[in-house]
Amino acid sequence: MSPATEYKKKDFVSDQEVRWCPGCGDYAILAGVQQVFASLGVPKENFAVVSGIGCSSRFPYYMNTYGFHTIHGRAPAIASGVKIANPDLDVWIITGDGDALSIGGNHIIHAMRRNLNIKVLLFNNRIYGLTKGQYSPTTVPGKVTASSPYGSLDQPFNPIALALGANASFVARTVDTQPKHLKEVLAAAHAHKGFAFVEILQNCVIFNDGAFEHIVDRKVRDDRQVDLRDGQPMVFGKELDKGVRFAGNSIELCSADEASNWNASEATSADAMRLCQGSETADIPVPIGIFKAIERLVLDEEIHQQVAATTEKLGEGTLESLLNAGETWDID
Amino acid sequence: MASTQEIPLQQVDDVVIRFAGDSGDGMQLTGNQFTNTSALLGNDIATFPDYPAEIRAPIGTVFGVSGFQVRFSSNDIHTPGDQPDVLVAMNPAALKVNLCDLKEGGTLIVNTGNFGDRDLAKAHYDSNPLDDADELADKYNFIAIDLNEATLNAVADCGLTNKQALRSKNLLALGMLYYAYSRPLDTTEKWLESKFGKKPEVLEANLKALRAGVMIAENSEFFATQYKVSSAPLAHGTYRNMGGNAALSMGLVAGAKLANLDLFYGSYPITPASDVLHALARYKNYGVTTYQAEDEIAAICSSIGASWAGSLGVTGTSGPGLALKGEALGLSVMVEQPLVVVNVQRAGPSTGMPTKTEQSDLNQAIFGRNGEAPMPIVSCSSPGDCFEAAIEAVRIAVTYMTPVILLSDGYIGNGAEPFLVPDASSLPKIANEFAKEGDTRQPFDRDPETLARPWIKPGTPGLEHRVGGLEKSEGTGNVSYEAENHERMTMLREQKVNGIAKSYKPLEVFGEDSGDILVLGWGSTYGAIRGAVERCHRQGMKVSQVHLRNIWPLPLDLKDVLSKFDKVVIPELNRGQLNRVIRGEYLLDTISISKMQGKPFGGAELFEHFQNILNA
Repeated sequence: MSPATEYKKKDFVSDQEVRWCPGCGDYAILAGVQQVFASLGVPKENFAVVSGIGCSSRFPYYMNTYGFHTIHGRAPAIASGVKIANPDLDVWIITGDGDALSIGGNHIIHAMRRNLNIKVLLFNNRIYGLTKGQYSPTTVPGKVTASSPYGSLDQPFNPIALALGANASFVARTVDTQPKHLKEVLAAAHAHKGFAFVEILQNCVIFNDGAFEHIVDRKVRDDRQVDLRDGQPMVFGKELDKGVRFAGNSIELCSADEASNWNASEATSADAMRLCQGSETADIPVPIGIFKAIERLVLDEEIHQQVAATTEKLGEGTLESLLNAGETWDID
Repeated sequence: MASTQEIPLQQVDDVVIRFAGDSGDGMQLTGNQFTNTSALLGNDIATFPDYPAEIRAPIGTVFGVSGFQVRFSSNDIHTPGDQPDVLVAMNPAALKVNLCDLKEGGTLIVNTGNFGDRDLAKAHYDSNPLDDADELADKYNFIAIDLNEATLNAVADCGLTNKQALRSKNLLALGMLYYAYSRPLDTTEKWLESKFGKKPEVLEANLKALRAGVMIAENSEFFATQYKVSSAPLAHGTYRNMGGNAALSMGLVAGAKLANLDLFYGSYPITPASDVLHALARYKNYGVTTYQAEDEIAAICSSIGASWAGSLGVTGTSGPGLALKGEALGLSVMVEQPLVVVNVQRAGPSTGMPTKTEQSDLNQAIFGRNGEAPMPIVSCSSPGDCFEAAIEAVRIAVTYMTPVILLSDGYIGNGAEPFLVPDASSLPKIANEFAKEGDTRQPFDRDPETLARPWIKPGTPGLEHRVGGLEKSEGTGNVSYEAENHERMTMLREQKVNGIAKSYKPLEVFGEDSGDILVLGWGSTYGAIRGAVERCHRQGMKVSQVHLRNIWPLPLDLKDVLSKFDKVVIPELNRGQLNRVIRGEYLLDTISISKMQGKPFGGAELFEHFQNILNA
């Protein structure tokens, strides 16, 4: 094993030239991930970074780890096989809104249901970038794109609501341009035992520039974001002097000392569902941070426990026992 | 048991029995019991279960008829037989579907207890076919018996409801046939005890029904003769009765063991391949992990992921599932990792006839991917042969770092035959070594002999690298759009796969090395072709047989072998897919024999074809 504790960011930088558009939000995410990986105490060779297809999915080429750039939408399926075959690996999926929520929708929901110990970073820029600007399953209705010249009619997915609904055991949201928050969320995702789903709001400068400006712009973000921290009050504002609280079935603004405490381990996810589906333009700020973090059975562990228990019970199979099992008869 | 009459005991060589009834009548169970008992007596056996896609089709309907054919012989046999000598029809629908196949002079056992007006109507009979009893008796040894009543009488004191009691009627029929063919009851009795030990009243009823069948056969005049079928001259050794899907599963496990790898099987349930998933799920103590994926695509992708991580990734499916896996097959070709893809073929296209057999996925296997994506193809020729074929697929996958398609089909997957258990030490090891820390090879450097790249699994310090579906630069494996590199990599992938043919065993020609006709086959047609060619030999016809284990790349000696015959005939359960490949590869004017009925070839049918071709 390598000296796991002495990594620097540069140890995770590959020799490949990064080819995202200048100004793309992916650069900041890449830098953040490289810093976080260096800090986790995991031997570098144990990271397995798996992606699908799309701009974000080029990510593994730029990480100096084991990486697998697979096919469109299938990263969760491939990563599941990787994790089950070798649970010692630290498996990270890099995906986008098209890759994960459109062509790979089936795989992502089943991966969340199964709760393998895998981390997913979904770069949500609300547009198809690599195919040159068509609307995606998270595009805001009315958006004029290459494939919706008169405005998109599709109703979008809310990625957080989808993950909560599919029973992911860890659900979080962070922002490409907020490195401190991004790194905290990634570290928390890594610390979580089970499937961690992280939506990263990411800007596409070419096809959907400013998609999240109303939430993430420096001038407004203190007032437009509330960071969900488990066990802590839901406060926001530059001075953290404003709060959000639950009142019956609704959510309302309040002063900081009246704010409700956030509970990320609430089993039904009812509050998380309510919070994540609020309007992005209403008074209530948009939640980022950790919506959910609960412990439940982890599939890769369960599989290997069952294999071990069966082997314990039946004895380790050999070629001889394989061939001679069942009813046999001899012909002399 | 006191015998009321002495009937003659006659020696026969070869008998085919078909049990036919409703899906819920237990015909598969009855056939399996007869098979196991006969196998233990040392007969050579071959079976052909033929069941509907509906799990419990409406009772009494023609489309709900479930059949099980077993052939047992004192000779070396290759197929479950063309025409049954004995037909057991449990209801009018079973009679309607199967009577046309019964050999003239054969034995017809009909359960008259199910021939009421409603039963007849469900089978769309206008009148009761048993009314012409004389006509049936002229043509067959016609045994009309009310199995329902006989069963109710036999199990009267077991404390079961009539409905429960009637479930044992298949065992009464089985008992009759055990008597007629001089089979002992102990194999089935033991099986019943293990199966129903916890339900003593059901066990008792089944045992009573089985024994009552023997008594009824013995004390009636149903059978003018009792038959004996001696053991077959099978090679010395230990045998098991082996179904095709079971043998294939066992072969995959053995292959993984021989390569010293754990096996990961990602699959999605599909007829007729699901039994491979079921079988492998029981092999957990053999280093096997099974993963029931959310769909066919996830099934193959999880297996590709497992191979990347250092397991032997295997996925299994049938035709429509293989279509869904196409893109991932291409990825597997591109990243050059071991992967075995099992396709237990069924009649297509689309959903087709899921429970009926066909060999129509050969084109899909050879060509069914975007881009130039060559992939080796191995095929199974009989139920027991699935074992060796699976090991061969693993050998190629691991040795050449390539995906391999292993073609079986519903006919051999569901069929069974005696399997000579090989000595474990006789199975050759499959060489495999993962790259270790300090290895100086690049990810896409190649072995000079096999052109295989090194297998570098994540977790190995110092060898971190990236793989993926984008074209890669020779050696480093880094992404490359360079024109000449793409052509070079295309050729290297092709040469690697073509080179596999150098590792094949020489082709075996059954019959003379030259002559009038060479019958070239692949897959499940092996038995029918062999039977027909043997018959040709007995008649002095110059007909030989070559059966392909490896379909792609084609064997290097094949062209030479084919050139020594006047005519090359290729029988296939498709519209001539191998035929087209052979014509394309060798510019030979080959003759296709095609059948598309969801049923295997019969030996007699092929013999007639060969005769006509010779005389043409």
